[in-house]
Amino acid sequence: MQVDRKEILHIANLASLNIKEDEIEEYRKNLQDILNFANIVNSVNTDNINETIGSTNNVNVFREDEIKEFEDKELLLENVPDKENNMFKIPKVI
Amino acid sequence: MELYELTVHELMDKLNKNEITSEDIVKSYTKRIEEKEKDIGAFVTITTDEALEKSKNVKNRNLAGIPIGIKDNLCTKGVKTTCSSKMLENFVAPYNATVVEKLEDEGIISLGKLNMDEFAMGSSTEYSAFKTTKNPWNLNAVPGGSSGGSAAAVASQMVPWALGSDTGGSIRQPASLCGVVGLKPTYGLVSRYGLVAFASSLDQIGPITKDVEDSAILLNVIAGHDEKDSTSANMPKKDYTKSLVKDVSKLKVGVPKEFLGEGINEEVKQSVEEAIKKYKELGATVEECTLDIANEALATYYIIACAEASSNLGRFDGIRYGYRAKNFETLKDIYKNSRSEGFGAEVKRRIILGTYVLSSGYYDAYYKKAQKVRTVIKQEFEKLFEKYDLLITPTSPTVAYKIGTKSNNPLEMYLADLCTVSVNIAGLPGISIPCGVDKKGMPIGLQLIGKPFGEETLLQAAYTYEQEVKFREKYKPQFKS
Repeated sequence: MQVDRKEILHIANLASLNIKEDEIEEYRKNLQDILNFANIVNSVNTDNINETIGSTNNVNVFREDEIKEFEDKELLLENVPDKENNMFKIPKVI
Repeated sequence: MELYELTVHELMDKLNKNEITSEDIVKSYTKRIEEKEKDIGAFVTITTDEALEKSKNVKNRNLAGIPIGIKDNLCTKGVKTTCSSKMLENFVAPYNATVVEKLEDEGIISLGKLNMDEFAMGSSTEYSAFKTTKNPWNLNAVPGGSSGGSAAAVASQMVPWALGSDTGGSIRQPASLCGVVGLKPTYGLVSRYGLVAFASSLDQIGPITKDVEDSAILLNVIAGHDEKDSTSANMPKKDYTKSLVKDVSKLKVGVPKEFLGEGINEEVKQSVEEAIKKYKELGATVEECTLDIANEALATYYIIACAEASSNLGRFDGIRYGYRAKNFETLKDIYKNSRSEGFGAEVKRRIILGTYVLSSGYYDAYYKKAQKVRTVIKQEFEKLFEKYDLLITPTSPTVAYKIGTKSNNPLEMYLADLCTVSVNIAGLPGISIPCGVDKKGMPIGLQLIGKPFGEETLLQAAYTYEQEVKFREKYKPQFKS
């Protein structure tokens, strides 16, 4: 698969990343190199093979839905970059 | 003999006989950190003052009062957890990781948080946003990664043991490059709650120690089911120290020939072949076998790990915690600017690759295909484990290399993980133990791979070899510059 400039900008936008003009070519080339290598997976015969999603065979691990109070609400909020009255503060969205 | 030179089980002996106190131990390590940290740079945060306070109130029981170092992607309540990233430079976790809670329950005392590649993405610590840790055997060489701070701190005896995390080799490869023991447990044996996620289906926490006995002791502490991690295995608790028996006579060992072929340094190959010979002498049945999946596993690994990382790292948006950019107008600006300024280049590269393989049009060709290849790789291992109790390979294709030689070539850096990633892909346990040094005196590591939850066999085989070869008595880091 060939990756062009337009594609790398599209992917960066999906990932919420800005890429500076002078970095575009480097990121494009890195992605292209790795994809060229990663193409080996397409040489493996996987007819009638299912996907492995995780490393355990557990499906639907259930537990009781109980309310547990988190002890340190203060500590939680200490990491907030901008807050007002125990709420996360962000720019106006509507 | 200084206390910092001892293993944990030796320290425990002395503590239990009341020959020394926890305070003596912590003081010895504090002095050692003062001497060596300036050359090694293993720590992101040093907490020796707090450790000294704690050591004064220790009641003698088992591991109480023994110090430890913790990789900086494990959440520690009240102490910064940075993941060696600008994104989390000032993040203080409001809770402890389950493994950290287990250490505290035992009375184990943290000496600080250890350096790593940013968000555990890398094989050398050169991708740390703060500093590159130096290899104690040669200060111009990398310590490996991503748990390079943990391995270098243990090798330079600034901590008696440490916790690391391993997504594609991040415990075993730095342990190999620093001449110490690194154990990556079976996926699910140790709770991942409070480990900052890189690739959730591959990540696993494990010990980095001076010897195999200490690995078994630390595994006893951290293993176990946790309802806060739905992928953690619910099974009876084992005492891994019972596996420390010097006997491999009943073991059937497979040596996948592909892992001793192309791409493996000649001196590494020779040293591993010597080790294999030693296993034969010790009575194990050793056979060559075929496991022709190394390159496919590496490709599968980078697709799956980056896909999961791009999803996991989506949470860093500058809203609830972590770095927030100074300049923004809209909400989308906060996300984009905070992420672009907060993440380093390698993290962005991997997020871009992960986003690409998950994006519409490429999902089937890369991500879905890689998940199928993952099944094939698991099946290949299952076939081998019908015949063998464990497999032997080198841990790393090379010894520690010079700082700066690979950091600008991501693909070449990824090849450092050639021998280790398939173990994570299949969710198996693996251990790296030192097996010799090259002509320049740099350590070489041997990797043993076991069946799922076959840690006991791994530890027994590693212990038998270690007791026979006595690497620690023969070789010591020289802090060469």
